[in-house]
Amino acid sequence: MSSHSSVDTLVKMANQIGDFFGSQKSVDRTAGIVDHIQKFWDPRMRANIIDHVAHGGAGLNPLVLEAIHRLAETTGAKASK
Amino acid sequence: MSLIKEIDFGTPESKSSKLVTLTIDGQTVTVPEGTSIMRAAMEVGTEIPKLCATDSIKAFGSCRLCVIEVDGRNGTPASCTTPVAPGIAVHTQTPRLKAIRRGVMELYISDHPLDCLTCAANGDCELQDMAGAVGLRDVRYGYDGVNHVFARNNGSANFNWMPKDESNPYFTYDPSKCIVCNRCVRACEEVQGTFALTISGRGFGSRVAAGMDEAFMESECVSCGACVQACPTATLTEKSVIEIGQPEHSEITTCAYCGVGCTFKAEMRGEEVVRMVPWKDGKANHGHSCIKGRFAYGYALHRERILNPMIRDSILEPWRVVSWEEAIGFTARRFKEIQDKYGKKSVGVITSSRCTNEESYLVQKLARAGFGNNNTDTCARVCHSPTGYGLNQAFGTSAGTQDFDSVDDSDVIVVIGANPTDAHPVFGSRMKKRLREGAKLIVIDPRRIDLVRSPHIKADYHLALKPGANVAVVTAMAHVIVTEGLANEAYVRERCDWDEYQDWASFVAEERNSPEATEKLTGVPAAELRAAARLYATGGNAAIYYGLGVTEHSQGSTTVMGIANLAMATGNLGRRGVGVNPLRGQNNVQGSCDMGSFPHELPGYQHISGEKARAAFEAEWGVTLDPEPGLRINNMFDAAVDGTFKGLYVQGEDILQSDPDTKHVSAGLAAMELIVVQDLFLVETANYAHVFLPGASFLEKDGTFTNAERRVQLVRKVMSPKNGYGDWEITQLIANAMGLNWTYTHPSQIMDEIARTTPSFRGVSFDKLAEEGSVQWPCNDENPHGVPIMHINGFSRGKGKFVITEYVPTDEKTGPRFPLLLTTGRILSQYNVGAQTRRTENSNWHPEDVLEIHPHDAENRGVKDGDWVRVQSRAGDASLRARITDRVAPGVVYTTFHHPVTQANVITTDNSDWATNCPEYKVTAVQVSPSNGPTEWQQKYQELSEASRRIAGAIDAAE
Ligand code: SF4
Ligand code: SF4
Ligand code: SF4
Ligand code: FES
Repeated sequence: MSSHSSVDTLVKMANQIGDFFGSQKSVDRTAGIVDHIQKFWDPRMRANIIDHVAHGGAGLNPLVLEAIHRLAETTGAKASK
Repeated sequence: MSLIKEIDFGTPESKSSKLVTLTIDGQTVTVPEGTSIMRAAMEVGTEIPKLCATDSIKAFGSCRLCVIEVDGRNGTPASCTTPVAPGIAVHTQTPRLKAIRRGVMELYISDHPLDCLTCAANGDCELQDMAGAVGLRDVRYGYDGVNHVFARNNGSANFNWMPKDESNPYFTYDPSKCIVCNRCVRACEEVQGTFALTISGRGFGSRVAAGMDEAFMESECVSCGACVQACPTATLTEKSVIEIGQPEHSEITTCAYCGVGCTFKAEMRGEEVVRMVPWKDGKANHGHSCIKGRFAYGYALHRERILNPMIRDSILEPWRVVSWEEAIGFTARRFKEIQDKYGKKSVGVITSSRCTNEESYLVQKLARAGFGNNNTDTCARVCHSPTGYGLNQAFGTSAGTQDFDSVDDSDVIVVIGANPTDAHPVFGSRMKKRLREGAKLIVIDPRRIDLVRSPHIKADYHLALKPGANVAVVTAMAHVIVTEGLANEAYVRERCDWDEYQDWASFVAEERNSPEATEKLTGVPAAELRAAARLYATGGNAAIYYGLGVTEHSQGSTTVMGIANLAMATGNLGRRGVGVNPLRGQNNVQGSCDMGSFPHELPGYQHISGEKARAAFEAEWGVTLDPEPGLRINNMFDAAVDGTFKGLYVQGEDILQSDPDTKHVSAGLAAMELIVVQDLFLVETANYAHVFLPGASFLEKDGTFTNAERRVQLVRKVMSPKNGYGDWEITQLIANAMGLNWTYTHPSQIMDEIARTTPSFRGVSFDKLAEEGSVQWPCNDENPHGVPIMHINGFSRGKGKFVITEYVPTDEKTGPRFPLLLTTGRILSQYNVGAQTRRTENSNWHPEDVLEIHPHDAENRGVKDGDWVRVQSRAGDASLRARITDRVAPGVVYTTFHHPVTQANVITTDNSDWATNCPEYKVTAVQVSPSNGPTEWQQKYQELSEASRRIAGAIDAAE
């Protein structure tokens, strides 16, 4: 039986996105991940992954971890506007 | 509307650009060189009598009815086989010709039954017409001699006579009426490409035979109907015509099955469909069809179709039949209650690729403008969302690049993860025609699809890769092209971002991406892959066609971008015969994506975060839109299990059966408080529904569908909706019950709204579609007639973008517990989850889903052909029967998912494409073992669905 804790799903999805952007050359890879998540994830999912990172971000690859930190900053900046 | 009769020009059009002028009966005619005299005459309205000629197939010259005389030439040549020549003077009616024709007709009629009055073709028979045209008044020979007409002659058995073949459920073959004109044989060869028919015997004894003198059902016949259309007599006739009689009016409409988008004449008697005949002027199908569109429309009248709305408070209760008012009121009230209690974002919608553009548009509008959130998605998510993402990255638009006709100019055809002869049959026939003309073929597929070897066609290369290795194969092809200097650098410099190209070229050139280095992992012999890549790069116009075998992977989007890279690197874009061609599955996959069904995009692929796009819709709808993307289908189920998503309106989509990882989907559905299903039947998803709103079939409403070539075509209402409303009206009822005040009285007004808000549809209207037959978007001020071929003078995004396609193996790996890879697909006679086709005679061709397994794997497991086997993955298990075949490689098993009892998606997992969450249907690690029958889950599911389909009161009534 597969586990479906939604955080696990999000971690897996984020790492998959990281795998793709991580292999691109001559672009800001972190920015690619942030942009993708912002464009395609609903705010609840983004909040959940940011929250997960706030609690250590277990399971996330380093590049993705960095990206989610950046995502948290931009989201925070937007929220405080 | 009267009965539409297309003109039959007798022979196909000549494509020559050189013109020839001649006179026919004193009239001057100018036609392209190579045109037959018969066709030239028809161009000026002179119908030369004919029997063996029809313009869908090449001239044959056997009946000799079409004779003519030419000044200065001897004899009486056949006009169907004689081409025009400059300055000749043709006569179509002279005493000599009249005598010849009468003689010919007399011979035909002397071996033909004279039961015209009771014949099914009465009024639609070319033999009858010709007898009239040539002035046949008596037949001197009578029936005393040898004939094919009677079972007994003068009391003794007539061995020339053959009984009717009624084995095919949709048409009959009555040999006694056959005039051996060969039209059916040629149609099967030239139009359909199946070669199921032959003329057996010679001379007077010759007869049409299916296969090796078999019944039609036992032969290779795929029941496309091409021979039935071509037959000038009642020999091959639709059973529906035999039963009902000749139609009296017809309407042009569009098939509701697959993404080819064939247009049909729905031939009617009152509100009864007599038959569906493919329309010659249809730009997608040019008068051809497949078994589904041509014959399988009977589901609309199936007794299991639900015609009244039903509700229930809990899915444990039986359904209660209620009035429309009550059902709509209940729906609106419950949605509002849920939003009040759990928040604005706790509800959502799913649009359907089976419904019209207008219907999808309204459903997403209901979410965005009514619910106030962007929780809208479509089942296209689970098939072609990676196409949208990938092509948009590479080219700046998600549009497939070509029209279907483009294939006529292809020299090399690459088919990746698609099975056109089964899933897109009419286009498959077109492709086969081009292949028979000599185009080269490369098939990249784990399974030996029919195209690899079929009559008069053999793939030059079949790269039978392991499921999941697409990216590695595509990148290895790029490696060959780049390292062997086969790239079209001039094109790339002009059209693409040169820096990105160089990054990409150095990436693919790395040794680890070579065919030799990846051979182990892909299973494709390096030498073959190299040869195929060379052929693609150097063989002339090369076109790639791909399907779900590309998209439904964890790296689906990456493969799409890899394909785009190949096309850009070789300059195979922007003209006829080339391109990147996604073969979309269901009829309106393209349209449902175009119509803003995705949570992050407004209609026309305008991202929801864009101020300008939002402003246009806000002005039109008078609301403020949420700028944040909503939930995708799989995210909805996750959120439902988490308890934050509670209500769903599903139009025309059976997510429980079509989506992967059934257990997760059903857990999500069970966790919701309100599920509204709008469909024709109590589909599997309805097991979990609280409201059932009966939908209308495509015959019962107006609207448009958009096919795989971006072609927008009209669907026309030919009968009143049996359920009372078209689906667009039902959505409007819900919207209005929620206070939205919509006032559409016809779907054309919805299209007008789409045109106002969506730049790529600016020039589309029902009037234009009626006038032009169809348009391919983008259709706007610059391209008022649409765009058949994209990117002719450059890409939509400016410079084409090369993206690095690093291979990342899927999580679905084989191991000791699950040593085999399961991949899934479709077959010709069934459609998607089969809700319609299973309710037609098409089930004669595919009564159940089976598991294809290689003899080697079967033997290891002690499995024999036809045995029940249990297929188990980490997600679940299901049982079905095994079919032992070497179409699949050792280590690979294959099944379809057309039947709910199989529940094949119990086995598929929650893996999905990294960019779009399109589920990975095409790779699941499984174990196969002998079993005694359905698994416990299947049995339990069967019980559940029986229980949840109960309708209060109906049982008694039925008994
Ligand atoms: S129905 Fe189609 S496949 Fe069958 S014999 Fe006729 S043309 Fe051939
Ligand atoms: S079956 Fe019809 S089309 Fe075929 S040879 Fe006989 S008359 Fe002609
Ligand atoms: S199912 Fe597809 S190929 Fe068949 S008739 Fe319909 S649109 Fe054409
Ligand atoms: S129509 Fe020309 S020979 Fe039959």
